[in-house]
Amino acid sequence: MDREQLARRILELLTTIAPDVEAESVIPGIAFRDQFDFDSMDTLNFAIALHREFGVDVPETDYSNLASIDRCVAYLADRLT
Amino acid sequence: MQTEFRLPALGADMDAGTVVEWRVAPGDHCRRGDVVAVVETDKGAIDVEIFIDGVVRELLVPIGTRVPVGTALALLETEAAVPAAEAMPAPSRPPAGAGTGQRALISPAARKRALELHVDATSLRGTGPEGAITVADVERAAAPPQPAHEVAPTGPSPDESSPAVAGEVATGMRAAIAGAMSRSKREIPHYYLATTVDVTPATDWLAAHNAAVPVTERLLFAVLLVRAVALACRDHAGFSGFYRDGRFEQSPVVHVGVAVALRGGGLVAPAIMDATGRPLAALMNDFRDLVARARAGRLRASELAAPTVILTSLGEAHVETVLPIIQPPQVAIVGAGAVVERPWVIDGKVVPRRVLTLSLGADHRVTDGRLGAHFLARVAALLAEPAQL
Repeated sequence: MDREQLARRILELLTTIAPDVEAESVIPGIAFRDQFDFDSMDTLNFAIALHREFGVDVPETDYSNLASIDRCVAYLADRLT
Repeated sequence: MQTEFRLPALGADMDAGTVVEWRVAPGDHCRRGDVVAVVETDKGAIDVEIFIDGVVRELLVPIGTRVPVGTALALLETEAAVPAAEAMPAPSRPPAGAGTGQRALISPAARKRALELHVDATSLRGTGPEGAITVADVERAAAPPQPAHEVAPTGPSPDESSPAVAGEVATGMRAAIAGAMSRSKREIPHYYLATTVDVTPATDWLAAHNAAVPVTERLLFAVLLVRAVALACRDHAGFSGFYRDGRFEQSPVVHVGVAVALRGGGLVAPAIMDATGRPLAALMNDFRDLVARARAGRLRASELAAPTVILTSLGEAHVETVLPIIQPPQVAIVGAGAVVERPWVIDGKVVPRRVLTLSLGADHRVTDGRLGAHFLARVAALLAEPAQL
């Protein structure tokens, strides 16, 4: 999976756990919480979704790496290789 | 015997709904707790459960019809003689004898309004708790009759109706919140208290717990707050229950409503049921489920009517202090601000600690500031012993 595919899949997971967020409106370089009130419940659900999809258990201390699509891609690309 | 199944009251700020789906048809057997209809309200689509066992005889309200709270939606044949009040969700049972008399229950404010508007209150069907006649019932009776069908005769299908235009939903919900909060500020003599507490033990405990369990079993700090508030409500009377008809009824079980902000505006406060008696993991599962369904607009009627006290946590919005407004008929609401690191004095030394400002909005008709202070101190003490939660 290249970075573009990874970004697309992450966006799909994001809109699965937050169905009230429109995929087209998500800006990859901006933190979710600055775009649409992403809260700690969303972050936890996102971490669970990433775990189910990629088998990566993101510890709470790494949650800052899940803040945006771009950061998430960079973090997961590292963890998955 | 035949019983009417009526649109239940869904808290202080909802007085009408549009039936968008029937989940039962005439001849179907339904059991207490079954979802029988989906009703679109200012708080999104609500799954309405039935509170009696019976056989559906007739559906009285067609899909697409907007009706006031208390309207008979369906006729049911029940086996046992069930009082009509049973059809309403009753999160806390009134003491034996209360509300069973022949006289219609009516709040003092509603009685006064009925006099002003020349409405014969004895002729009204109440939509308040235990069928009590409310100010809204009186005002509705005084208003000119509404057309029975406000929606196009084709009627929206459930799938089309749920994602209504965002602006419309927000406007409806904003009006509903404004109505409930106006009533609260008009009727409830609030007092407010706040105290800043060291929650480092709780956040440390939580971090250790969450590091030790799989991601699916992690807890959020809010769940510790829910538990602490619930236990304090159990230990201190006067904060969990309902004030109606001029008196306070303490609820024997604590159902903590959690204020959930909706993206794009508005909020709802569905209940985490029995928040003292179940493990933290169960409360967390309920919390997760409620937030998901609140944002998808699929809460159940009973969840909106059940809270006996509310927790509103604005920490994620980076404010330190909330001065919360009670949602009637409740008598207390607990606010939590952001957890922030601050210099703190322990044993004469200044040390960095994570602190949280807890606040309380409570009802002077039931408690006063001294009792409120004891209550808040109890919440703080519970948070200081997180392993006991």
